[in-house]
Amino acid sequence: METPHKILILDDDADWLELCRETFSRLPSKPEIRTITSSSRALGMLESEPFRLLICDLKMPRMDGLQVLSVVRRRFPGLRTIVLSGLEDEEFRSRAYALGVDLFWLKSDMQQNSKMFLDCIESLLGRDSDGGFRGIQSKGLMDIIQMECLSRSSTVLRITRGPLIAKLWFQEGELFDAEVEGARGEAAFRRILAWKSGSFENLPAEPGRERTIIKPINALLLESAQDMDENANPATETQFFAASHRETTWKLSLLAREGAEFVISVPPEGLGEPEAFGTQANDHLAAWTSKSLEIARRLGEKIEAGPLSHLVANGMEKQLTVLSHNKKAFLVGWTLDADTNQLLEQTKKLVASWDS
Amino acid sequence: MGFLKKITRLFRSRAAIQQLPVGSVTVDRDGRIITSTVSSTYPVELLGEIGRGVLALFREARSAQLPLTEVSVHFGSLLVTARELRGGTIIFLQPQSSLSQPPT
Repeated sequence: METPHKILILDDDADWLELCRETFSRLPSKPEIRTITSSSRALGMLESEPFRLLICDLKMPRMDGLQVLSVVRRRFPGLRTIVLSGLEDEEFRSRAYALGVDLFWLKSDMQQNSKMFLDCIESLLGRDSDGGFRGIQSKGLMDIIQMECLSRSSTVLRITRGPLIAKLWFQEGELFDAEVEGARGEAAFRRILAWKSGSFENLPAEPGRERTIIKPINALLLESAQDMDENANPATETQFFAASHRETTWKLSLLAREGAEFVISVPPEGLGEPEAFGTQANDHLAAWTSKSLEIARRLGEKIEAGPLSHLVANGMEKQLTVLSHNKKAFLVGWTLDADTNQLLEQTKKLVASWDS
Repeated sequence: MGFLKKITRLFRSRAAIQQLPVGSVTVDRDGRIITSTVSSTYPVELLGEIGRGVLALFREARSAQLPLTEVSVHFGSLLVTARELRGGTIIFLQPQSSLSQPPT
């Protein structure tokens, strides 16, 4: 028999908790409801037993809801969270969403639209008892492509990885075109296949599209797998230099395409050396990149301003963007005449491509 | 004035949530706040933290031979923009919401 999901409701008002308990007992999946009035004890409970959902008030003594949510976000990233507050303020709503809550609901709305609210909670709890499949989990892109081919589908597979978008065109199970960041055909397909994560969706087929890929899919997949294997484990010195040369050329072309002057990527301490393209002064710039992110992160935590997104700095000669991506810190240098409004988007694209 | 503040504090609910700061602050090179248009309800210690954090960003940049004239720190719900002022800084604090302009 399946164990019911557990919901923890945190609010400093005991009467309100009683009302919530009564309301949530109407949920079809009959989850186990626990209530608590103290933020610190709530965090202790989350440590000691697994919960599926935390419903949290914002205005509470000692440790407010935003502080609780920022701790929860760090310590329990898989826990779903709902803010149930009486504060009708756009600022608090945005701050809560910036902390990654799944839902922000006003207490007055919960009472007026209790059915809709319960539906939302039920959906967040993700009942498995309905049966059926919801999405594909833990499948690599190769598996997804092979499934499209085996099922002889005619479709366009749109793959998104952060700001990067790629498309693969299938007609009756044959891959006939691929496109990513201005590249097309087999080269684009190989680049897409190197992506390790992302999301995808199926779009309607486009049978009239020009064919750029002639090779059968199995041959392409085999060649790409061999390429990735050689890049990861070069067997000879020549293979090593060839792979390294390909990577350098690719990264320099990315720099040129986005119009950036230089990129420095800094891995977490002890996990490798900083990598710089387009500048010689990588040591002190790499040190500044890590330090500035650290200073900004600490400041954000102290003033409860939500997670750090990025930094933009202007110097005498250049503009700089600093952000962190996949645990690495990135510093990208731009000329002073680069369009400030586009900097973040361009940096994100560059960094996402860089890391793939 | 002092009497009113005491009364307000006495009857203020203990349950509270920290508002985000809005306005501008001028900080000297030692991190002292010179002028501020941020609401007086916002804790001065936190304003000091913001000032010191921003000065540290400029200082680290200088020691990396990268003198900066302006730094913007984009948090999920607050934009902190600081301009260098002869060792000190002027800081603009602007809460971000879904209605705000997208960050640049």
